Amino acid sequence: MTTILPILPELLLLALGILILTLDPFLKKDEARRPFLGWFTVASLLAALTVSLLLARPAGAALAFGGMIRFDWLGFLFKMFFLFAAAVTALLFMDADKLNRRAEAYFLLVAAALGMCLMASAADLVMLYLAIETTSIPLYILAGFLKTDDKSTESGFKYMLFGALTSAVLLYGFSLVYGFTGKTNLYELGLHFSNFNIVAIGVTFLILAGLAFKVSLFPFHFWAPDVYEGAPTPVAGFLSTASKAAGFAVLIRLFTAVFPVLNADWSLILAILATLTMTVGNLIALTQKSVKRMLAYSSIAHAGYAMIGVVAFSELGMASVVFYLIAYALTNLLAFGIVGIVGRAAGSDEFSAYNGLSRRSAGLGLAALVAFLSLAGMPPFVGFVSKFFVFAAAVQSGWVWLAIVGVLNSIVGLYYYLNVLKAVYLYRMENEDEDRHPVPVSRPAAIALVILVAGILLIGTLFGPWFGLATRAAAALF
Amino acid sequence: MQFPFLSVIVFTPLAAALVILLYKAEWKKAVRWTALAAGLFALALSVWVYIAYDKGAAGYQFIEKYDWMPMFGISLHFGVDGMSVPLVLLTGIVMVTGVMISWGIEDRPREFFAFLFILASGVFGVFASLDLFMLFFFYEIAVFPMYLLIAIWGWIKTREYAAMKLTLYLFIGSVVSLVGALVMYWTAAQQTGALTFDMLALETVKFAPEFQKIWFLPVFLGFAILGGLFPFHNWSPDGHVAAPTAVSMFHAGVLMKLGAFAALRVGIMLLPEGAKFWAPLIMSLALVNIVYGAFIASVQTDFKYVIGFSSVSHMGLVAMGFATLNADGMTGAGVQMFSHGVMTALFFAAVGMVYDRAHTREIPKLGGMVKPLPLVAIGVIVGSLVSMGMPGFSGFIAEFPIFRGIWDTKLWWMAIVAAISIVITAAYVLRVVLKVFFGDMPAELEGHITPIKPLDKIALVLLMALMIGIGILPALMVPWVETGVKHILSLLGGA
Repeated sequence: MTTILPILPELLLLALGILILTLDPFLKKDEARRPFLGWFTVASLLAALTVSLLLARPAGAALAFGGMIRFDWLGFLFKMFFLFAAAVTALLFMDADKLNRRAEAYFLLVAAALGMCLMASAADLVMLYLAIETTSIPLYILAGFLKTDDKSTESGFKYMLFGALTSAVLLYGFSLVYGFTGKTNLYELGLHFSNFNIVAIGVTFLILAGLAFKVSLFPFHFWAPDVYEGAPTPVAGFLSTASKAAGFAVLIRLFTAVFPVLNADWSLILAILATLTMTVGNLIALTQKSVKRMLAYSSIAHAGYAMIGVVAFSELGMASVVFYLIAYALTNLLAFGIVGIVGRAAGSDEFSAYNGLSRRSAGLGLAALVAFLSLAGMPPFVGFVSKFFVFAAAVQSGWVWLAIVGVLNSIVGLYYYLNVLKAVYLYRMENEDEDRHPVPVSRPAAIALVILVAGILLIGTLFGPWFGLATRAAAALF
Repeated sequence: MQFPFLSVIVFTPLAAALVILLYKAEWKKAVRWTALAAGLFALALSVWVYIAYDKGAAGYQFIEKYDWMPMFGISLHFGVDGMSVPLVLLTGIVMVTGVMISWGIEDRPREFFAFLFILASGVFGVFASLDLFMLFFFYEIAVFPMYLLIAIWGWIKTREYAAMKLTLYLFIGSVVSLVGALVMYWTAAQQTGALTFDMLALETVKFAPEFQKIWFLPVFLGFAILGGLFPFHNWSPDGHVAAPTAVSMFHAGVLMKLGAFAALRVGIMLLPEGAKFWAPLIMSLALVNIVYGAFIASVQTDFKYVIGFSSVSHMGLVAMGFATLNADGMTGAGVQMFSHGVMTALFFAAVGMVYDRAHTREIPKLGGMVKPLPLVAIGVIVGSLVSMGMPGFSGFIAEFPIFRGIWDTKLWWMAIVAAISIVITAAYVLRVVLKVFFGDMPAELEGHITPIKPLDKIALVLLMALMIGIGILPALMVPWVETGVKHILSLLGGA
């Protein structure tokens, strides 16, 4: 029996996108009512989240719509997360000049979220490719949304060029798969790749390269810093969290469904990739002068930590990846939220723009403390447990050296995250007149920050049930 | 059901920190009084736990266990034994005296006390934890506020450097131990089939000797970094000196014990065979600590660096005591942790009081402080006597058994070498006392030395009373520690 339940979130997003565009002309004339667009998007996303949570929970794992979609907990959990991330990002959009009053921005955000939802549940190569493009194209436009800003234009253009290239590589990989097997459904393909041969190697390499771009794994990470730096800050936040999580959702689904037996041969390569990704990301992040660019490199490093869980290739490993992504996304959304607010107030993303932040706005200072310490992996914030589980999974599967590489890397990370906090708490503004330079935090941004801080603390301390959900999602893979 | 003493002790500072953070920045008085009230409350409870601890029954007491994540066998498992109960008390004392001494902080006191109390919660949490995951959780909570406390309120010249160095050292240590702990966890799961971070269960797992030999070193040394063990002690004097007074007190008084304690709990108690194998190495490193620390301390001209390096030397005695793996040595080390904690808290408090008034810590530039600051002088003299192990003071009760313990090991000659440090210690502390408190006051300080505040006095008297009290009546502390040692020895195979 086919119902619409497996794609209920997507349908709701589609309806929302159309509504936003329909509302737009009615609000065009009235400047004072433009903020309504943002609130409407946020409220609708949350409503969609609630409705889906109540109605569209999968019972087990089943293919739907002729095998296009797999209705399982992995997809569901990620979908709920994308809706949440989109809602938070919409709140942050409302604080960003030139984005906040444009219906197109909210529409593109919703469209990207729609694509991500499909990515997380796609079970067919055709569907998967369409979903990836549905996600990417709105994001290209969003990255280049500030037409008059050279950096943003460059960001959007670069992202599109790199993205198009890797999409082509990915598509080529898919076409080879289809050519050799005559199948496009992931769960039927698995049988055909039970033998290790040259075809499998080539295909896996192509597909891995395509996905590595999406999640910014070394050596396909070059686009990330430029794109993040130039894109409007809330967009960069969304790119580095939700988009990355969607890429990982596809990655773990593909690797468990299609290439399970290859894992012994590929694990070492993936482990080396993870090591390089973490190390390169962290080392380059060390030298950055702009917090936004530093976060871009740190997000590369975080993709490396998440890869550790993939390398472990156990149920615990996959669960830890899912948990890690959600934890990291909460934290990074918060970090980018802060960067957005500070960038708006100071007109710069340099470290020096953060000088005296705790004196200018104590609340924002504390939020920065939470965000950066959580990124560094300190308890009681969620960054600690998420890293802990990833390392635990690695050790369980015998990857002790990888866990050691991971913990050593987290020390490098701690150093540059603390540098931000040093500016926030220790340094003063030039004339030591912080009192006269308060940092205004608008209401939507404040709501977003409070939600994220609360989430980081809540999941960081009461992690049991949340990890239970992640385990449930991972169980759908095996 | 029994009143949940330990969890209330652990979470009181944290709750107070959250409450303080909700205050307005201008409510400085409210912040201080809330901090003091919470500190006194936690201290009262820890005194009660100390008194009510049943020495006859021994073992782990005041146990509370709440599921945290049953799937992985992670629980919030509180409990104290004879080894940790004095340390819980010590934390309470240092917390309250630290608040009293920081009363005058004017730069963002709200954040200062909040971070200090988050730190205190972390420390309480480690001492009271019987779960390995929980231990790491609280251990790291104790590390990061340190960075902010030193970097923001520390000594302007070195604070950035020292804070970063300290944080990175400690973080490296803890994550290296963490990997070791994870390996232990999965190995235990393979052997027993049960997933658990419960240290009481892990104690009973007999890890293979080879396994223990490999993993003991990373686990022990990872924690021992925080205990200031040579050659990983480098962060500590810099950190002590850069930190504001209350943080130095916390840092040297409690935090270094955190490292030693965790090294004992996780390293020696869970991997006893590894401990036996590596004990000579640990003793050798500790010996370097003791002698080298004392020598370096004796050539410092900065009052605070003297104390900083003396801490390195004294913490070496703790590590030495543990590494003897016999009853005398361990009991001495247990008492030494408490005694040194109180002593060094007093020293740093005194240094802070002198510095706040003289604005210098250079020993040659100080002098004649006994007249304006008589109580501080008495405090430092008492501390000095403790520090050189004079009978009648707590230092003797701690150090004498440690030396006896060394004597009983194969490396008995180390006792002789280590004993040199006592002479050097006596020389440098007396020199400092003489120069700073007696002699002539330099002309530029004349008239600038204002008397100390009543709260400072209370803090000093409290700390002194403890050192003399235990010195005269060892029965106030030794029996507690002995029950803890007995259990450790049983894990070591009844040696």
